[in-house]
Amino acid sequence: MESPRRLDDALRALAFAPGALVIAGGTDAMVEVNAGSRRDQLARGEVIAIDRVSELRRFRHDPSSASVLLGAGLTYTELMDEPLASLLPALAEASRTVGSPQIRNAGTIGGNLATCSPAGDALPVLSALDAVVHLADASGVRSLPVGEFMTGVKTTALASGELITGIELPVLGGWQGYAKVGVRNAMVIAIASACLATDVSTRSVRIALGSVAPTVIRCPDAEQFAAEHVDWDSTSVEPDVAARIGSIAAGAALPIDDHRSTAAYRRRAVEVLVGRLVRRGFAGG
Amino acid sequence: MLDTGRSLRAGTIGDSSLRPDGMAKVQGTFAFSSDEQLDGAVFGATLRSPHPSARIVSIDVSKAWQISGVEAVLTADDVPGSATYGLATADQPVFASDVVRYVGEPVAVVAADHPETAGRALAAIVVEYEVLEPLLDPEDAIRGNHDDIHPDGNILRHQRIVCGDADATGDVVVEGTYELGMQDQAFLGLEAALAIPDDGGGGVELHVATQWLHEDRRQIAACLAIDESKVRLVLGGVGGAFGAREDISLQVHTCLLALRLARPVRMHYSRRESFLGHVHRHPASIWMRHHATSEGELVKVEARYVFDGGAYASTSGPVLINGITHAQGPYRCPNAVVEGWATRTNNLPCGAMRGFGVVQACFAHESQMDRLAAACGLQPLEIRERNAIRTGDRLITGQVLESVAPVVECIAELDALALPDEPVGGHDGHPLRLPGGAGRTTDARHVVRGIGWGVSMKNLMYSEGFDDHATARCRLADGTATLKFATSEVGQGFVVIAGQIARTVLGVDTVELEQIDTEIGSAGSTSASRQTWMSGGAVDSACRKVRERLFEHVAAQHGLDPVQLGIDGTDVVDTVGTLRLPVAEVTRGQVFEETVEFRHRPTEELDEDGQGNVHTAFAFAAHRAVVDVDVELGLVKVVQIATAQDVGRALNPLSVIGQIEGGIAQGLGLALMEEIVCHDGHVRNASFTDYLLPTSLDMPDVVATLIEQPDPQAPLGAKGVGEPPCISSTPAIVAAIRDALRQAGVERELRRVPVRPADIVG
Repeated sequence: MESPRRLDDALRALAFAPGALVIAGGTDAMVEVNAGSRRDQLARGEVIAIDRVSELRRFRHDPSSASVLLGAGLTYTELMDEPLASLLPALAEASRTVGSPQIRNAGTIGGNLATCSPAGDALPVLSALDAVVHLADASGVRSLPVGEFMTGVKTTALASGELITGIELPVLGGWQGYAKVGVRNAMVIAIASACLATDVSTRSVRIALGSVAPTVIRCPDAEQFAAEHVDWDSTSVEPDVAARIGSIAAGAALPIDDHRSTAAYRRRAVEVLVGRLVRRGFAGG
Repeated sequence: MLDTGRSLRAGTIGDSSLRPDGMAKVQGTFAFSSDEQLDGAVFGATLRSPHPSARIVSIDVSKAWQISGVEAVLTADDVPGSATYGLATADQPVFASDVVRYVGEPVAVVAADHPETAGRALAAIVVEYEVLEPLLDPEDAIRGNHDDIHPDGNILRHQRIVCGDADATGDVVVEGTYELGMQDQAFLGLEAALAIPDDGGGGVELHVATQWLHEDRRQIAACLAIDESKVRLVLGGVGGAFGAREDISLQVHTCLLALRLARPVRMHYSRRESFLGHVHRHPASIWMRHHATSEGELVKVEARYVFDGGAYASTSGPVLINGITHAQGPYRCPNAVVEGWATRTNNLPCGAMRGFGVVQACFAHESQMDRLAAACGLQPLEIRERNAIRTGDRLITGQVLESVAPVVECIAELDALALPDEPVGGHDGHPLRLPGGAGRTTDARHVVRGIGWGVSMKNLMYSEGFDDHATARCRLADGTATLKFATSEVGQGFVVIAGQIARTVLGVDTVELEQIDTEIGSAGSTSASRQTWMSGGAVDSACRKVRERLFEHVAAQHGLDPVQLGIDGTDVVDTVGTLRLPVAEVTRGQVFEETVEFRHRPTEELDEDGQGNVHTAFAFAAHRAVVDVDVELGLVKVVQIATAQDVGRALNPLSVIGQIEGGIAQGLGLALMEEIVCHDGHVRNASFTDYLLPTSLDMPDVVATLIEQPDPQAPLGAKGVGEPPCISSTPAIVAAIRDALRQAGVERELRRVPVRPADIVG
């Protein structure tokens, strides 16, 4: 059982026990522990708590490259605070939809990524923003595009002995937002979610969907159609164009029926959500 | 009424006294049953069936015994007494021996030095099953399409009601089939018990969170094969009940382990296990056809009820009888043909839950009343007011309604309550106030507001000839009243009401409550909205008897006739003279003690045509829901629930409001989100991650008015208030959603609750 305060100590501990249970906020890991699914690691005493590693709890804003490097240990509450909320508004919005205040005070962006649930609330934002995931182990560092990091339902490219240390995101000029559908008005797992981010400088639109495929997905067809059909000079959009973007995006979804909802509803929901996000982002829609 | 125009004395009847355990509960210091610890106690855990239906070929516990720290492993062979238990019928095995009949049925228990050890021991027990084809569809049980899954057969109860002219028809006919999913009581305090064996090993004391200590004791003693006097039950801190603690869960297992080991044993369920370990609200399918005159007067109701009771009987029979006898709702109806079935299947056992069969009936009859109103060109409240039942009317069971029945008043007072003045999204337009809430899905322009109503009738106390009496003892000495009863305090607040009664009757300020246990006669169950009436009646009677003794004592000392004496505030007064003596003074050195068994009037069983004086008394409520609906996404924000409730007399108005708000939350949960999702007999959402309960962002403003017409049959004029709030709130919400959709140009029947976003989107 380790509780290191420095990143290199954490990585050394992980090198010593590469199969250890890593706990940051514990909002996912403790659910598994309580459900009894982490008995082996607990029996071996292989638990590394990284919530005290101060290097993971910082962020760095680099105006020259218009990017932000988030420490993996930043909590949702911290992502909702300024200055991050203004730099990464969609991530702040997504963070506001997570759980309760207690969960947002504990849960971390790195943990959301490591769990890699298709319903992870921050993940459509990371996907839409083409986040780069920074990884480290005792012998070195590497980085991966978030789309390559997420490999399936709760599976990632994280190697044994490796830790997510940071997430690098661009600071875009343009509107961005996030919305999620659940069966109650708070503290709910997404049955469909969507992020839309615009980049005025490149006249591009990025759209990512959650809970409608094994991992969070991007919608390249809808993005291209949007980029070509919105009016960039007035940043406005015709209502039928917004609706069309939504329906193209829904075409990218691969939803399933489960105990939370139906595939048909999920597809419908992302269509509506994307259409609405487009209209929020482009006045006049 | 006692109201003399003077302000109430603190802590007496009518005062909104705070409950004695309230502060401890909000501060987290209250000891719930799961907090009870004892040095030397070992931990029990339960092995459960993974199959809905299977034959047990063999059980090998040898590997469990090899684990260090394991103290006991018990199976069906270790039950010394009755192999089965049950509230009405002892049809449920303490441990499955030959077959398992639902996923989660107990097969064995272990006790170990640590819960983790116990968990490993469970994993080490090898049970060989021969999997059988489960019976999952209640209609298959009715049609006889499946072999009996239990020696008692696949029909738990069948009853018809035929009233008046079975062939009567109306000018206007509407019909529909309505379905309700399986709701969980979802109390926060999980099942927990601590069993302490007697030194000699002959008896046991069980500390447990339960609704009915004496009934638990009866069933435990039968399974342990020891005399009831050797089993003492003490009420542990109860964190909610709602019907789920009426049946045995871990009581027998904990006592068996304690007696086997001659050591104290603790057991407590996890949330996941709790979903499997107690009964639920019956999933139901109800077909109804209403006949009315063209003016909207009811002519006849026809109905067919199917309640899925799951694997064991529990209270399925009484739940069904409640359901079918409330088919007419709070409306006059001269003719009826109703048939109901409670079936046995390999689904989770169902039994008592707040509303007890009437929740299901009310969703059906209120959906029908709206259809009838539309067909007759009447407003929803018009048709309800036109048909409202009154005292003296004959019910479809032939029983004459003797309770005060202020249905018209409930409707009128409800209608007089102000609608919400806030626009969609509230005055500040905050997204959290919109449908979708924290998910920020919805802008105000996507929202349509709807309004809907529901009215209900609910029986109070037990029915069908059951003698659910209540016992209380009052002791008055040195100015202090001490009360003893076995009434389970499950959160409803009897511990505050009891004190208010004693202060009022006896003129004392200090009331002490003794431990709630089986060292006095039964109080009956804390269910059926019955304890204010029954245990309240027992406490009131005991206090009045003590007061008679006090008056005799004072009268003898002062040469007066006891009938002249009365209580005024905290004094004994001569009502025709000048004597005035403080109660505290005249009781100094004196002890007056009385024990009373209180009974409601007897009821009868139904005959084969469903006729008979089956119920004791009734209470009524009306609800109005205002909802905002995001029609495109099918998301709902309930903006306001207004209610007018027939309470007889509010002994503690704050407690009544607490019941109303809590009941509405539970009714909202059923309307919009609460359902145990089962697939092939397996629960898919046995956690609070996926079994969704309303949060504070789902809960609307509640505006309540209390209709106070004291019922002369009720000992204090007060009716039970616990169940009605969760009965008609559900159909009111669904009606409001239908209304919003209609305004958006969409017709949806919404014939099933919970209403899911996909149902609204269609």
